[in-house]
Amino acid sequence: MAQQIERPLSPFMTYRWTLTMAMSIVHRATGVALYFGTLLLVWWLLATASGPQAYATFQGFIGSWFGRLILFGYTWALIHHLLGGARHFVWDLGYGFGPTEREWLTRAAVVGSIALTIVLWIIAYAVGGLR
Amino acid sequence: MSSSKSSIRTPLGRVRGLGSARAGTGDFWRQRLTAIAMVLLLVPAIIIVMMMLGRNHAAATQILGSTSVAIVLILFTVASVWHMKIGMQVVIEDYVHDERVKLVSIIANNFFSIAVALAAIYAILKLSFGV
Repeated sequence: MAQQIERPLSPFMTYRWTLTMAMSIVHRATGVALYFGTLLLVWWLLATASGPQAYATFQGFIGSWFGRLILFGYTWALIHHLLGGARHFVWDLGYGFGPTEREWLTRAAVVGSIALTIVLWIIAYAVGGLR
Repeated sequence: MSSSKSSIRTPLGRVRGLGSARAGTGDFWRQRLTAIAMVLLLVPAIIIVMMMLGRNHAAATQILGSTSVAIVLILFTVASVWHMKIGMQVVIEDYVHDERVKLVSIIANNFFSIAVALAAIYAILKLSFGV
């Protein structure tokens, strides 16, 4: 152990953790989250179809801080997956593979998803608060 | 698969474009088709959710039971469930390597997706027909 020897590294060791890599796995993670989040959607529809009591139970959950937290996360996951998907459409059409465009697209999806989620919730509170 | 002896097509010709799942690029295409459908339905879907905020059961029933809202929600349900079923299958195929666990996971994915779709559509139709 006297001297550090310069050995060749396997390809995956040389990769730096990049934003595009993070976006790739987050796209999957948000997809999986939205998959199970559909249970919330089904609950909402079935509760409304079932009657006032079931609807009140649903409203009680979704109106609680925990319910709103889940719904906020769901909104962000949906918007993020949507913008990530739009990025994939750009790539499917053969554009945006250069380093500059690629990074720009990725940053736009991250910033856009956070901004749009906040805007939607501000509108939601404004609309819901009037009732 | 029929025996190769009864066909004059070459082995390469028979498998070209089909891939290991024997279904070719069908899922790739449907994943994008359903994504485009959801992009088109996004604005109406957001409007419907905003309309529902803070409503009591009677108002919620009336909104969800109206024809245009019901059609948008059914279309969105079909597109999203189809999309998520394909997406989850890709995730399973990528990460589950034990053949038995993979098979069970893919079956469970199909059952879950179909159950979510039918429960949602049932609730929407029930609200529309007022039964």
